[in-house]
Order: sequence, then structure tokens, then C-alpha cells
Amino acid sequence: MMNVIKIVTLTLALLTSANAFAKDKFSICWSIYVGWMPWEYGDSSGIIKKWADKYDIEIDVVQINDYVESINQYTAGQFDGCSMTNMDALTIPAASGVDSTALIVGDFSNGNDGVVLKGKKSLKDIKNQKVNLVELSVSHYLLARGLESVGLSERNVKVVNTSDADLVAAYSTSGVTSVVTWNPLLSEITSQPKSYKVFDSSDIPGEIIDLMVVNTKTLKNNPKFGKALVGAWYEIMSTMSNKKVLTHMAEASATDLAGYQAQLDTTKMFYSAADAVSFTQSAALPKTMKYVAKFSFDHGILGDGAVDENFIGIETPEGVVGDKSNIKLRFNPSFMQMAADGKL
Amino acid sequence: MKRLMNIEPSRFWRTFLTIVPFIVIIALYWSASDARLAENPNDKLLPSFTQISSAIDRMAFTENKRTGEYLFWQDSAASLYRILLGITISAAIGLIIGLINGLLPGVRAGLSPLVTIASLVPPMAILPILFITFGLDELAKVMLIIIGTAPVIIRDMQSQVMQIPKEQLIKAQTLGASTWLVTIRVVLPQIMPKLLAAVRLSLGAAWLFLIAAEAIAAQEGLGYRIFLVRRYMAMDVILPYVAWITVLAFAMDFSLKKMSQVCFPWYHHQEASK
Repeated sequence: MMNVIKIVTLTLALLTSANAFAKDKFSICWSIYVGWMPWEYGDSSGIIKKWADKYDIEIDVVQINDYVESINQYTAGQFDGCSMTNMDALTIPAASGVDSTALIVGDFSNGNDGVVLKGKKSLKDIKNQKVNLVELSVSHYLLARGLESVGLSERNVKVVNTSDADLVAAYSTSGVTSVVTWNPLLSEITSQPKSYKVFDSSDIPGEIIDLMVVNTKTLKNNPKFGKALVGAWYEIMSTMSNKKVLTHMAEASATDLAGYQAQLDTTKMFYSAADAVSFTQSAALPKTMKYVAKFSFDHGILGDGAVDENFIGIETPEGVVGDKSNIKLRFNPSFMQMAADGKL
Repeated sequence: MKRLMNIEPSRFWRTFLTIVPFIVIIALYWSASDARLAENPNDKLLPSFTQISSAIDRMAFTENKRTGEYLFWQDSAASLYRILLGITISAAIGLIIGLINGLLPGVRAGLSPLVTIASLVPPMAILPILFITFGLDELAKVMLIIIGTAPVIIRDMQSQVMQIPKEQLIKAQTLGASTWLVTIRVVLPQIMPKLLAAVRLSLGAAWLFLIAAEAIAAQEGLGYRIFLVRRYMAMDVILPYVAWITVLAFAMDFSLKKMSQVCFPWYHHQEASK
């Protein structure tokens, strides 16, 4: 009996433990969002396979329908890389002790996330209202930053956690007077009568960043994996002026070319590797991450061990934010630099 | 040689066999969690029992830093209020409409097909319609539970009423009972224990709809908390919450069973002798 238990538990432990040994097969996951649709195109057009073949590895690209679930799967070790925002990279994998590297800085939200009020035109009017949003998401962060900008705090509003899938339907009820959300839901909601976007991410440019995050240990043991992903990404980026490519991405995200174009307009894509590198190297990045870390700590999502907002170290080219001896999130532009220099 | 189907375990063995699966599950969990934590002490997927108990302590026995409330009890109270209200209203609707439907052919002709069809509509599929009709507040959550469970209870009550032997109804009428008197004195007492049984069976669905409603839009509640902390994979909070929901569901089921045994002992004798 004991032996059976031992064997079963051993198998379970082996199955569930993340193994980061050198291997030739890698997998990344992504979820539907304007800035991540290129991964879908890269997969279906064979660009990712081409680059993987070049470095003699295999890369599986998996679409996950639920954004948070995709990050959880990555954090649990099921994937080597995953698309996510800077805030979620800090609060989910990094706070769970999974040392993660932002390999590709793809874009930042430049109006793709917004605060919408019904019948009121100024953010100050949000005072004492119920605000429906996905709690602890970038929407929540945007709201906190917005409130701060008009001298209010979260104490002045009542946050109601609302599933993103039901937000549009929720908005049509009379009890809901203000929401914070992202595209394509945002454009759906602002297109309804008497709806005013009073604050959006273009008011805090460069703070909501969309990344391809990979496991630091895997990347260190397998630089080929990083090179192949980055090489593929910038080849996809070079095709994004092509209408056919954009139409493909639009359809894959269940909209049309015009709709996708509208979402791209409120997204600051880094089409060239050099732009992404200089953004990553700027002094604004550590400042942003400091805000994000403070917000996360104030909302209790930096993990139980966190005594203050500096608990987790975040490495950027312009210096480390937080604890230098506990670095769990790294912004590493070296692979993007190789792409900029044409060395991939 | 006894046949396998005739071997009854002794009391000791029965207790032993009841406990074994639980111990095996706990042991499996413990070793898998240990293995993951050895590799990454901050792993959140399979927290250790120490981490779980510190999470329980934080949620249930420490004031929340931001709000000064005990989140666990606040969540439990909110959820219990919703589910008890929902299931009570469901039971009342189920009893009244089921009774009328079963007893009065005229009403049955009009209502029964509607109820049958309504019970087949998956409530989760018509969520946007529910929002627009009932808003997003407490009412909507309770309504989702009612819509999810009431039609099934109605249908069950109706068929139970119709299964009452015709002879009884005729006998009561020959003794001069009116429709009202037959309902109150003959049908109702026989149907009450069946109602409790139907409610017990729909408790699972009620919890399902409660958690779903709280996941969609809420400020507190057991389902709300689980879906909120899922965002940063706090399994140390989710696991005790799931266990607590199971305990609450079991307690509700058990107390309904006891209530039925105390209030309707004749029914349970009858069932036992069948």
C-alpha cells in the first residue's frame, strides 16, 4: 500500500512540477487582445515555425480563451511563455515566485482602457458612484490613477467586481452608472447614447504595457528560445502594414478590419525593435513599475510575504525597483536589441 | 461461502473505509504540495497546510487592513442570506404552483406546459435578459437562484400530487370535503416531506447559481472572493473557501433531512418499510 502511494505521489509530483531542464520543445500561450493577435498570425502563417526551425527547436503556440487562466497556467509551469500586462506579470507569476522575464515589450495601451460615465462628462462626477470593473485588473489600476489625478481616492467610490464577459450587458441596466474596461468592450460601451469616456490610458501613457513574458530560467538555459520568439515577432511586425494580414488578425479576434484598426489606433504598437528597446531603457519604466508595485501592495496582491511595496525586485535597464535580493521580474531588452541590430 | 453482495462490513470496518479515501487524498495533496514547494517556496498552486491555515487566520480572524471587516464571515453571511432567501422563495413557489397544477386540471392545462418549457431554459444562457430585468444587485442574484431551481421543484411537486391515489381524493369528497379542504387536509400533509426532499436535491443547483451570480457582479460573497483571488492564484484562500462551501452545503442538506424526520416521522417509517 505504502509503495502504491509513493509511486502515485511521485508520478503526480513529477507531472505537476515545472521542469526547466534544457529541452528542445517550448510552448507559449496567448489570449485575444489587439496587441497579441500577431501571435495568432505568426502561428497560422508559419512565421514562428520558420524561426523555430532556424534555431532547431520547436515552439507550440496555444490560444487560451480566458486571460487570467492563461497566466495561471504559465505560472503553474505549463507554458514557457505567456502574453500579459506589466501589472499582471508582477502580481501573478512574480508574486508566486516564478522568476519571469519580459522578453518582448509589444505595445502600451494608449486609450484602449478607459473610464466611462453615464450622463456625466467629468471624472470628478464619479464621486460616490458605484463603479463596475474587473477588480484587481489593469482597469482597477487605471481607476486608481484617474481618481488620484482629480484628488479623489478609492474611498470616494464603491468598486463592484464585474466579469468582463457580462460588462456590456451590465452597462445597459439602469443601476450601473460607471464602468472601467478595455477594448473591444470599451468601444461597445462608449457607442451607447449618453456615455462619456472621462479618463483613459492615454492620460497615463506607457503605464499599461503588454508583454511577452517568459520563464527566466528557461530563457537562460535556452537563449535559442528567446532568439526565435523575438526574431519571429519582429518579422510579424514588419507585415503589419499589409491589409491582408490585418484582416486576418481582425477576423481571428472576431471583429472586422475597421474595428481592429480602431483598436490599433488606441494602442501604441512598437513596430520596430529599436523603439521597444528605447522604451524599455527609458527612466519612465522603473517609475511606472513603482506605481504598479505600490498599487498592487495596497490591494494586497503582492503575496502574503510582502511587508511593503518593495518586497519584489523588478529589474529594468535603468535600475532595480524594490528588493535587489528578490528580483522576480526582469525587463531585459537584450534580445530585442539583437533584433534591432539585425543579429538574429 | 457468502456471495460478495451479502458481505456486510462490521462497524469498525465501515468507519475505517469511510475515512480511508479522505486520508489518501490528503496524503496525495500533501506530498505533491511538498514537492512543488521544495522547488519554489513561493509557489501558490498547491499551498502547504501552514500556508492555508495562515490564510484562514488572515481571512477569518484578522480585521482587514483596508476595511476593518472580517472578510470570511462577511462573505459567508452575504452568501448564506442569498441562498437561503432564494431557496425558500423557490420552495414556496414550487409548493403553491405545484399543488395547484397537480390538483386543478383547468390550471394545469394552462400552466404545466409553460413550466415544463421554462424549466428547460438554461438560466446562464439568458443572463443579459436577467440583468436588464432585475438589475445587478441583490435581487438579480436571488432571482437567478429562483429561476434555476423553482421550475424543477414545481414539476416535481406537480407529479407528486398527481401520484396521490385517486381513491383518497374521492373518499374525502364523499365525506363532504371541498376542494380547499382536500388540498389542506389530504394533499398538503402528504406533499410536505416530498417538498423537503425536492429542496434537498436542488441545493446543488442553488449553490451553482449562487456562485455564478457572485462571479458576475458582486462586492462580497463566497463566490465573489473565490473569483477575485483567482486573479492572483491565491489557492491558499480558494481551497478553504471551497471546503467551507462544502461544509455549508452539507449542513443545509443534513438539517433539511433532520427537519423532515422530526416533522414527518410517518413518512420516513413508510419509506423505510418499502
